[in-house]
Amino acid sequence: MRTVTYLQAINEALDEALAQDEQVFLLGEDIGVYGGGFGATSGLQEKYGKQRVRDTPISESAIAGAAVGAAMTGMRPIMELQFSDFITVAMDQLVNQAAKIHYMYGGKANVPLVMRTAAGSGTGAAAQHSQSLENWMAHIPGLKVIQPTTPYDAKGLLHAAIKDNNPVMFYEHKLLYQTEGVVPAESYTIPIGVADVKRVGNDVTIIATGIMVSKSLAAAEIVKEKGISVEVIDPRTLVPLDEETLLTSVEKTNRVIIATEAVKNSGFSGELVSIIAESKISLKLKAPIVRLGGEFVPMPAQKTLEAHAIPQIDSLVQAVEQLMKEVDN
Amino acid sequence: MKQVTVKEEPTTSIDELEALKKMWQIRIFEETLQELFDAGELYGTMHLCIGQEATAVGGASLLNESDWIVSTHRNHGHCIAKGTDIRSMFAEMLGKKTGTNEGKGGSMHIADLAVGNLGSNGIVGAGFPIAAGAALSAQMQGTKQVVLCYAGDGATNEGSFHEALNLASIWQLPVIYFIENNQYGMSSSIEQMVNIEKLSERGKSYGIQGITIDGNDLSVVSNTVSKAVKKARNGGGPTLIEALTYRHKGHSKSDKLKYRSDDECRQWQEHNDPILRLEKKLLEHNEITSKGIRQLEQSIRQEMADLVASVKLDDEPTKADLWTHVYAEEKI
Ligand SMILES: Cc1ncc(C[n+]2csc(CCOP(=O)(O)OP(=O)(O)O)c2C)c(N)n1
Repeated sequence: MRTVTYLQAINEALDEALAQDEQVFLLGEDIGVYGGGFGATSGLQEKYGKQRVRDTPISESAIAGAAVGAAMTGMRPIMELQFSDFITVAMDQLVNQAAKIHYMYGGKANVPLVMRTAAGSGTGAAAQHSQSLENWMAHIPGLKVIQPTTPYDAKGLLHAAIKDNNPVMFYEHKLLYQTEGVVPAESYTIPIGVADVKRVGNDVTIIATGIMVSKSLAAAEIVKEKGISVEVIDPRTLVPLDEETLLTSVEKTNRVIIATEAVKNSGFSGELVSIIAESKISLKLKAPIVRLGGEFVPMPAQKTLEAHAIPQIDSLVQAVEQLMKEVDN
Repeated sequence: MKQVTVKEEPTTSIDELEALKKMWQIRIFEETLQELFDAGELYGTMHLCIGQEATAVGGASLLNESDWIVSTHRNHGHCIAKGTDIRSMFAEMLGKKTGTNEGKGGSMHIADLAVGNLGSNGIVGAGFPIAAGAALSAQMQGTKQVVLCYAGDGATNEGSFHEALNLASIWQLPVIYFIENNQYGMSSSIEQMVNIEKLSERGKSYGIQGITIDGNDLSVVSNTVSKAVKKARNGGGPTLIEALTYRHKGHSKSDKLKYRSDDECRQWQEHNDPILRLEKKLLEHNEITSKGIRQLEQSIRQEMADLVASVKLDDEPTKADLWTHVYAEEKI
């Protein structure tokens, strides 16, 4: 089987979508010769021309708004925001316009746009370039929110996002771009709203999003030595959320850890806790739910501080062990 | 509140020998960063302003200490010119507790309020309204301070530019919007991104005087800024300055420079380097000798190397520092 990077997987999906559908076009800052902030659009302008792979001025509000207008009128724009933090500049267009139009117009208009962006910390770029704000978007009815963690998921879910008739926010993690995985060479879609069991286990369920998925898998390997079997669930799409897969796993293990890079406070992990708490499964939990997330601080630039600001493999290992202990007692 | 005392006028003619020294400090500071980066000793990102030293020194260094600058991601020149401690800047870049921002800001956020540096910004265009606000504060408090707001050409396409200019104009704020038109915003050439000849023309839509100048000629820059400062300080309101310049290096570390020709870059480096131009002028007027220039450069190289060596011994922040400064202390 063929192995490619997460970055290549995204590039391939864009390439295939541009080839398959004349209405698809890309717009964003430096997506042409530069190949996009992280290289995801590399080579595409050469292949599809400046009309369909369109460099824009540094004008996020205009980019998002133009995507909304084009999407309402027959095109399928894919906009790139270089860093997910810049969503703040495009917020009105995404939150008040893109998300609302289909509903507000009584279903008479669709806004089939995709917003691709790079999120997360780990590059020392500090507080304005390292945030995980995906859960903001998950709070807005009308938007779909995808957070793929493997090259395979990235390609399949991006295809699904492009085909979807709604505005879809597609969060890529900068540290995942160079990770490799098996990816089919042909085009395929993964349905939006289906979680993936990334590892099967019996003792503890870790529901992890984004970069926390790979950290959870690493932690699971470590505790395996101690005879603890961890199941790792990757929701993949925050909205719509596959509650069934999450709850099925929790029902099996009765012990839950939720891990996100985004700060815990008022975040998506709280939503997951609520879903579990509100289901009957909560009565069978052998220990309180444990939540690991970003500290409630802006992301610092300095390397060791930055690492302390989000959960690391160690903290996951500790949490699993603690959870097992509490149950034994 | 800090008591502000202000000299009524800035120095109108810049001390060119002093300016040359500062320009070399900026350049060698950045060359040193590049070496540290290449050696894997510098974590994070950085945006070099090599080739743009005249706009920094001809602008920020003209101000009084109590005046403010607002800077961008391409900030080192502005910060040094405004008097930010170079040692602390190295320390910030190297992730030390002794850094300007105690390690929390890194390259793009260097700030030093004690010398009038309101900070650098990772968000393109975010500085325009902040500068208007600082100018409003000076106006409301009657301090006679002025604000010099640096930004790139690309930043003038953000909505924040237009909104801030309008505010500055209707309120006649003491702010100078200084656009360093280095021809590119990352890979996008300004010609492809705006459909007007001069960015300074944009001032007209807001009732602000706009002027385009040669940004690599130190005295042109300093004279222009000087006039704008005088006007702002005397209640004459904002000015928009567009200074034509060039960045010799790529946008940041990952730039493969595929969007511009080597030839174009060489032209600017060889014939329009602000440092070389100033040296030529000083040599012609016998204000310095070639030997003097080499000595100046050498001593700055030594100074920077010594600073880095000493900064390396500084402590890094500890885990406990992660939670400090999230909120300011409560007022009693
Ligand atoms: C709101 C926002 N959009 C995009 C970026 C990414 N970015 C950083 S610098 C830059 C180019 C800025 O160009 P310009 O304003 O001309 O300044 P220069 O880099 O040339 O000094 C871009 C696109 C950002 N930091 N913030």
